[in-house]
Amino acid sequence: MIIQLKNISKIINNRIIVNNLSFTMRAGHCFGLLGPNGAGKTTTINMILGLITPSSGQLTVFDMQQPRHGSKIRKKIGVVSQEDNLDPDFSVFENLIMHGRYFRLAKDQIVDQANSLLASMELLKHKDLKPLQLSGGMRRRLSIARALMNTPELIVLDEPTTGLDPQVRHLIWERLRELRNQGTSILLTTHYMEEAERLCDELMILDQGIAIESGTPRELINQHIEPHVFELDKSAAQTHSLKNTASQRIEMIGDTVYIYTTQSHLVRQHLDALSDDQQIHYLHRPANLEDVFLKITGRDLDE
Amino acid sequence: MSLLDSINHFSYGAFCIWQRNILVWKKLIGPALMLHFGEPLIYLFGLGYGIGQLVGDINGISYVSFLATGIIASSAMTTASLEGTYSVFTRMVPQQTYKAILTTPIKIEQIIAGEFLWCANKALFSSTAILIIATLLGLVESWQALWVFPIILISSIAFAAPAIIVAALSPSYDYFNYYFTLAVTPMFILCGVFYPISSMPSAMQIAVQFLPLTHTVELVRPLMLGQDVQNTFYHIAILLVYAGAGTILAMHIARKKFRL
Ligand SMILES: Nc1ncnc2c1ncn2[C@@H]1O[C@H](COP(=O)(O)OP(=O)(O)O)[C@@H](O)[C@H]1O
Ligand SMILES: [Mg+2]
Repeated sequence: MIIQLKNISKIINNRIIVNNLSFTMRAGHCFGLLGPNGAGKTTTINMILGLITPSSGQLTVFDMQQPRHGSKIRKKIGVVSQEDNLDPDFSVFENLIMHGRYFRLAKDQIVDQANSLLASMELLKHKDLKPLQLSGGMRRRLSIARALMNTPELIVLDEPTTGLDPQVRHLIWERLRELRNQGTSILLTTHYMEEAERLCDELMILDQGIAIESGTPRELINQHIEPHVFELDKSAAQTHSLKNTASQRIEMIGDTVYIYTTQSHLVRQHLDALSDDQQIHYLHRPANLEDVFLKITGRDLDE
Repeated sequence: MSLLDSINHFSYGAFCIWQRNILVWKKLIGPALMLHFGEPLIYLFGLGYGIGQLVGDINGISYVSFLATGIIASSAMTTASLEGTYSVFTRMVPQQTYKAILTTPIKIEQIIAGEFLWCANKALFSSTAILIIATLLGLVESWQALWVFPIILISSIAFAAPAIIVAALSPSYDYFNYYFTLAVTPMFILCGVFYPISSMPSAMQIAVQFLPLTHTVELVRPLMLGQDVQNTFYHIAILLVYAGAGTILAMHIARKKFRL
């Protein structure tokens, strides 16, 4: 086991931030911590890194106690923090060099590693710029390159693609998949269900410090949600007074109506029939984790 | 891990932080040298020769020599204090430099130790600059002036420690005003840099014994003027108490700030 949490809690100023959390993460896996803002994802990561001491519970990483062996454990981990904290006083290249020194790597190894990571993150031609001269996407790529300087066994990424455009997001996903294929373990937090679904072997959904569900993305979807979803506008749904029936379950969140079903053809026929007198716009898509989250918490993830 | 390994491991981390800072400093070496050489020159020419005309000699020493010895001591204080507050705070809070470094094997104690090293290093730069100027102006009397360096080293730690504590406790840069107005500036004016403390009322003379700069001045001045140092161990002891207690406290406060 790479990471093992047993009944971990963290209380700050009399508030329970993480509540009795237990999970294990296997080597070579991509494990996703999923949850809205304030769920306790970053706090959990900081406990795993040994930067925050749990109020109670047992925590081991690489079979070593945390936070006691923090330094030794962090030697084998690469970290991409939630906010960019690149060193603004150094160029792109120097950022990687300095980071390699913190890990006490050999000098020539540092330079080779920095160059090859800059190439793989498509940053070579920006190597002499300062972080503030880079776009958000480039900075995030540099943060990931930096986290890989020590060729970590485990890479921890805290919301690595939040606020990035789709192109950068896909490049990052691509690199993460490559890493996992090479055997690197990945711990990821995100509030993008799509990201979790694409990358993670296993997930845990956190809400207000509590683990509310866990399993593989498929398991979670199959367990909680009908496979097909139709989304339509609230006003359209109201005029046709859609109802729950044996073949459809209706949820209304915000201005959107969601129809969940196992028999998509029945719902589709029904909607198409209604459309005869007035056009209804609807979206038919496979169920995803967002729907699972919605169902479990009754809330939208971005709220 | 043996003790030697632990020491080696610890100092490597501190060395990295020192190295980080000196690499950044080297990028701005022009402005840095301007400050190190320009400021003391203005003091020595402006105050030393200007006021020196009016003051005459102090205990048989020209005023400009008297002032030069004081300014070496006070520059150690100002350099360590500015670096320990403004620069350390910048890395600690707005730049999040420490946060990034703490995800590596380096620990907060090593970062703070590295910052101490760097503050001392920078204080030595500025003292060296002034010593060079003073020597060129013929104000240094003997080779014993080289003993100034270890004194500046201890003093700069004594000044860096409270400065780093202030940086770790302040919510923003504005709070440094308290420290500079209540501690640094009074020391600058009262601790014998510009005039002998013996010219102050006796209550004040006793009060300034509690301030580290007084002791730096009392050590540095005779060393540069080729005189015998009085009460050497007393002065060194006070500086060591500030440096030692300050370091322990600074480590403790930084640990609390960064380890929840
Ligand atoms: N140092 C702290 N002091 C007080 N509250 C904190 C601290 N760190 C985190 N919290 C609170 O803990 C909750 C969880 O925070 P966090 O772990 O950052 O969540 P997430 O990363 O899932 O958005 C938030 O409500 C946050 O305000
Ligand atoms: Mg977070």
